[in-house]
Amino acid sequence: MAGIKAKAKLKGDAVKVKALMKHPMESGLRKDKKGNPIPAHHITEITLLAGGETLMTANFGPAVSKNPYISMIVAGPAKGDELTIAWIDNKGESASTEVVVK
Amino acid sequence: METINTTRRTLLKGTALASVLGITGIVDLLTMSQANAAWSEVAFESGSVGDVMKALFNEDLTPTESADITLKAPDIAENGAVVPIGVKSTMPGINRIVILVEQNPSPLTATFNLGKGARADVSTRIKMGKTSDVIALVEADGKLYAARKNVKVTIGGCGG
Amino acid sequence: MGYIKMIRITALTILGLILFAGAAVATPEGDRKAFSDFYTNRFSDIPASDFVNGVYAIDAASRVQWEQIEDFPPYELDIDDGEVLYQAPFANGKTYASCFGDDLSVIRGKYPNWDADKAIVMTLELAINNCREANNEKPLKYKKGAIAQLSSYIAMQGRGNSINVVIPADSSAAMEAYENGKEFFYSKRGQLNFSCSDCHMSNSGNKVRADLLSPALGHTSHFPVYRSKWGGLGTLHRRFGGCNKNVRAKPFSAQGEEYRNLEYFLSYMNNGLELNGPGARK
Repeated sequence: MAGIKAKAKLKGDAVKVKALMKHPMESGLRKDKKGNPIPAHHITEITLLAGGETLMTANFGPAVSKNPYISMIVAGPAKGDELTIAWIDNKGESASTEVVVK
Repeated sequence: METINTTRRTLLKGTALASVLGITGIVDLLTMSQANAAWSEVAFESGSVGDVMKALFNEDLTPTESADITLKAPDIAENGAVVPIGVKSTMPGINRIVILVEQNPSPLTATFNLGKGARADVSTRIKMGKTSDVIALVEADGKLYAARKNVKVTIGGCGG
Repeated sequence: MGYIKMIRITALTILGLILFAGAAVATPEGDRKAFSDFYTNRFSDIPASDFVNGVYAIDAASRVQWEQIEDFPPYELDIDDGEVLYQAPFANGKTYASCFGDDLSVIRGKYPNWDADKAIVMTLELAINNCREANNEKPLKYKKGAIAQLSSYIAMQGRGNSINVVIPADSSAAMEAYENGKEFFYSKRGQLNFSCSDCHMSNSGNKVRADLLSPALGHTSHFPVYRSKWGGLGTLHRRFGGCNKNVRAKPFSAQGEEYRNLEYFLSYMNNGLELNGPGARK
């Protein structure tokens, strides 16, 4: 759960999935107090799945805000279905979580 | 068959998440174009909208301005570090949405690759270095459409 | 109208005018009423209860962006971390509940208060560290990180409760702390020679460069705060320090006497308003 928090709600005929991801989203352009460049460290891909099937992916660059937010709308999943959302970053670190559609 | 094996391998490599998640449903990945699902360093590091276009579409395409794209963005950003942006469109056959910030050092900010059942209705929060047009591109049925909105980014007086 | 009633109404009106002018009959409750009236008069179409939302109560354009962020605010991650921190036992096996009690919903509303034993204003963050030290744990730093996350979890549990800061009638020291906080609020400081009231009272609703100055009424209700500028969560005293630096004054130490007394005064001014922390601001 740490690293990503998600909510999924059925509205009419589609599910709105919202997620908040814990990540510094460093662009690589900033410098620290000593003048050394802070290396780029940001989420690159996000995937939303239902039953192992990919519903949507997103690619983020470092210009997405720190602790990134994403919202998506997908038709298909029903109330009670479990979705998986995951991210991976440019260092290969990743996080994922399951969320039940309410 | 040679082609499918190569594509499969490239797709798996391109979508780093695939190995993380242990996805066995390769068929679904194949439905998305290779370029879409992979994070492109060239595209995200391009310094101008034109170069982003070349990286994403192989040529500096001029999209068609479309009123069918709703781009939600503030007139004046409360803080350039966190600007809420929403893109929505009811055009048929949309497979990708791209968000660009024209005046950012690297304009390509995010892309959304719509798979099965995904609606063209996404939002996120972005960083803007200065006042700039935010451009939403929508790729539908092989054609490219766009909407843009100017967002002012100001210098505040209350830091702390 | 009865003669006695007329006299009473006239007397109260005169008293009100005196309080507003800040003269002899000042009591904390009188101060609070005058403080609140100042803002409800200045922003006449905004009810007092709305001021807990700061600039978003007085500026529609930024309110829209704030509401979009509040749809899934970044401090939710901190609240979750705060919950883990709060529930984790100390090395000696005890937990924060042994200091704060089992009812999470009432903790936030107890602070700040006058601690008669220590003869100081006690704040939530100071109480957290007192609890840690009483259980042989190292104290946390006061501006951000774990202290803010713990505070955000406790604030969330206490949301919706009324602010009710008490100045014990039998304690002249408590009254002195309140008066010190009040004096701090109205005193000029720094190279720019501004008092808190210069910006947040006389110029509330005006702009300093492109920033809208928030009213001081409601200021303390929503802390700790996730600021877009910080890209993270910070405590009230972190913000006090930042504001002092803005007028080029040397900041006082977080959880030092000056800021605790200021918190006491400002929180008292918010009595009756709703606790709505943690908050999201730019």
